[in-house]
Amino acid sequence: MPLKLEIVTPEARIFSDDVDTVVLPGFEGEMGVLPSHAPLVTTLKPGELRYTKGGKTTEMAVGEGLVEVTGTTTRVLTDMAIHADAIDEQAVEEAIARAHKSLADLKPGEQQEEVAAVMAMIQRSTAQLHLKRKRRTL
Amino acid sequence: MASTRDIRRRIKSVKSTAQITKAMQLVAAAKMKKAQDQAANGRPYAELLNKVLVSLKDCVEEGVHPYFSEGKGDKTLVLVIAADKGLCGALNTNLLKKLVSTQIEGEVDYVTIGKKAVQGITRLRRNLIADFPIKDPAKFAEVRVVGRFIQEKFRSGEYKKALVVFNNFINTVTVTPTVEQILPVNPVTLGGKRNFGHAIETPSTAAGSEYTFEPDAATVFESVLPQYVNDTIFQMVLESRASEHSSRMVAMKNATDNAKQMVKDLSLEYNKLRQAAITNELLEITTAKMALE
Repeated sequence: MPLKLEIVTPEARIFSDDVDTVVLPGFEGEMGVLPSHAPLVTTLKPGELRYTKGGKTTEMAVGEGLVEVTGTTTRVLTDMAIHADAIDEQAVEEAIARAHKSLADLKPGEQQEEVAAVMAMIQRSTAQLHLKRKRRTL
Repeated sequence: MASTRDIRRRIKSVKSTAQITKAMQLVAAAKMKKAQDQAANGRPYAELLNKVLVSLKDCVEEGVHPYFSEGKGDKTLVLVIAADKGLCGALNTNLLKKLVSTQIEGEVDYVTIGKKAVQGITRLRRNLIADFPIKDPAKFAEVRVVGRFIQEKFRSGEYKKALVVFNNFINTVTVTPTVEQILPVNPVTLGGKRNFGHAIETPSTAAGSEYTFEPDAATVFESVLPQYVNDTIFQMVLESRASEHSSRMVAMKNATDNAKQMVKDLSLEYNKLRQAAITNELLEITTAKMALE
């Protein structure tokens, strides 16, 4: 029985296809999903998502979001999903530096929304960086 | 009967109007392309999130999250999303007509996005409580403020539900003014296609067996639902913007076409007049010559 994986971000539908297994960063740590998994809903943490299709494993960096698992489908709704190959390490490092800088510039107490947005941005970028670095050491 | 000079003057003025409308049409067409793409790209996310939440709503007990049930109050909060500018056909008028024809029970408070919405609500003498100016193209950060405002109001318990009135973009020539309920969470249609038919089926296989929530339902919903409200409102703003630019382009195209037709008609009339004048002159000359002989 196939498992349909759907990954959608506000910008676009990133991925929609049948896969064999999915491993994703859930609220309580890394979680593997096989076909006929019990229905489950959890939040997604910034990190690394892997799916296997026909013996070939693909890695992606994902941001925060929501995961809905039913027996036949896994729906991942997240604010970021980037294929490992598409990550530009230098650009990401620059983005992190920029984010840290703007975090320092923000006045404490004020603009909590902004702080939260920048923090999320840092987490997303860090997730990309981890994935990229891991692949190199392998 | 207008003189030839009057007609010439009119032709000139109609021509320059046509030039202006043509320029506006081109500007609107460029903006339309961008706005349509933006709206189309955001749709899958907003729709899927809505689908998932609506299907989950039936799987959890009542009261797990305030956004799933009606508020204690009996007032209704209505967010009206309209354009900032006119010259886009009947777009804003139709939206307000839809608003007026929608029957809402009890007291209603209004929140608006767009100058035309503020004007409309004020003219209708409805109770306006807040107005948010959103730039074009819309930025998520700006719209998030609106989302937060609506959520704060809803959470205060003063309101029973929150509705959004916006222009749903279907295609360049078809725009439907739509009223959707955003709180409590409810199936929402974006882009015209109500494709909930098959969407509801998939979760129903899981509905018999209960969903497991990690860590628990309240935590999951608390992190997802505010995000959902903000995102849906943002998507609705995008749909409205796409509608606005499309309507403006169509309106300006019609104006240009009409102006061109008018120039054609006027030129015909002008030529007729000129010809008549020439014929008259010839007639006079011949008569004068004949009288002399």
